[in-house]
Amino acid sequence: MGIDWSLLALSPPGWGGVLLRGLVTSLEIAGGGYALGLAIGVGGAFGKLYGGPVTRDLLECYTTAIRAIPELVLIVLIYYAGTDAVNRLAESLGHDAVNINGLVAGIFVIGIVQGAYSTEVLRGAIKAVPFGEIEAARAYGMPSGLLLRRITLPAMLPHAIPGLANLWLIATKDTALLAVVGFTELTMATRQAGGATKDYFLFFCAAGILYLMVTLVSNQIIRVVERRARRGMREV
Amino acid sequence: MSQETAPSPTADRASGHATGAMREAVVELVDVHKSFGQLEVLKGISMTSHVGDVTAIIGASGSGKSTLLRCINMLEIPSSGTVRVHGEEIGLRRNGHGESEIADRRQIQRIRTRLGMVFQSFNLWQHMTLRDNVIEVPIHVLGRKRDEAIRDADALLERVGLFEKRDTFPAYLSGGQQQRAAIARALAINPDVMLFDEPTSALDPELVGEVLTVIRDLASEGRTMILVTHEMSFAREVANRVIFLHQGLVEEEGEPNAIFNHPKSERLQRFIGSIR
Repeated sequence: MGIDWSLLALSPPGWGGVLLRGLVTSLEIAGGGYALGLAIGVGGAFGKLYGGPVTRDLLECYTTAIRAIPELVLIVLIYYAGTDAVNRLAESLGHDAVNINGLVAGIFVIGIVQGAYSTEVLRGAIKAVPFGEIEAARAYGMPSGLLLRRITLPAMLPHAIPGLANLWLIATKDTALLAVVGFTELTMATRQAGGATKDYFLFFCAAGILYLMVTLVSNQIIRVVERRARRGMREV
Repeated sequence: MSQETAPSPTADRASGHATGAMREAVVELVDVHKSFGQLEVLKGISMTSHVGDVTAIIGASGSGKSTLLRCINMLEIPSSGTVRVHGEEIGLRRNGHGESEIADRRQIQRIRTRLGMVFQSFNLWQHMTLRDNVIEVPIHVLGRKRDEAIRDADALLERVGLFEKRDTFPAYLSGGQQQRAAIARALAINPDVMLFDEPTSALDPELVGEVLTVIRDLASEGRTMILVTHEMSFAREVANRVIFLHQGLVEEEGEPNAIFNHPKSERLQRFIGSIR
């Protein structure tokens, strides 16, 4: 039985275009969610390290709960609960129920999940920065915001990159879980193509290759970033 | 020669240079106490450093020398007592737990830019080249122009003999080189006082000399310096005042000649004897 490559053509009746659009959506969600997760992670890590007891307890609840619950459950939960909450809020303010943009909801969901893991990765990395370097910055009158931006974040980066690189790769694959809430990212698009043509094997192989390409390209970028971040460190 | 700053009780008595005229007090500590939990490390220390003074703080380990130095720029916050820099008192207050804390962040940040600290373990920023270490504070804290800051940084690195290493990261340098770079970083803010916290204690013996040479050079140009050190012969050579700490108190202070050749207290006699 031969393979009908024309099914992968970019324009209909080929499904290649649908798959690529799914890939782009997946990458948008992964990128947005990862960025949101990093922002939450930086805040969370500093809150855990330097915050008051209440802040610390709240963050501990957040990271524990998110990391304890399976991501599939979380995604379904946050996606439906989140959109429901927004709609209720809109109603109580006298607006009609709003149609939540799936992309924004997806980014939000992935971001919340990633934020919990980022918090822990960054907390460990910040603790690995020699305290003397932070003390030196203080001794020269650096305000805390500047100290964070100029000293702590760049100094902790080499310690954080392996963990953050893992999180990025996980983010790209977590987007596939959004298929369960009916969101058309790469996995959903693949299923639709397979369903329409009954050629599941071809399309899932194609999707697998696309995910692999994402990882390979990511690895190259991570390598460059890591080399730059580790410039000041001697290789042992 | 400002007469405006109120002299502390020790100001005129302990001045090393017998100039007769009052010189301006740069750093004044009045009855400074510092406790870590139950342990009282400083038990009421008063000292004054005038413009041009090179003050060496000596004493056995655990006597509170480093803690005293770190109280000047509030890396350690005194449990009680007063610290003045150029006559300006650093505001402290008590928090809800009765602990001492900085009253005004901005005041201490401003005062810290007048104090050039050099640490025992260098504490250079490892993710920056030597030049970037030196220009960091001038550009980002003092708001200097980048090209000016670079010009000054290169001159300072030249002075400490590291111009050729300006694009190197600290991890690739010896301890002596790192400490010289750290001195250049401190000089870059053009401080009123240089604070040295055991600057040679983390160095291999053969690297001590190159760092002492740089510090000696600074002393000879009349810079005000406060130096915590174990290098007694160096203290004797560069300092015009020596303070001997014992268990958190000033046991004896005076000119190097008096301290090292004619120690009055028995403890100082024993300390001088033990290090010979």
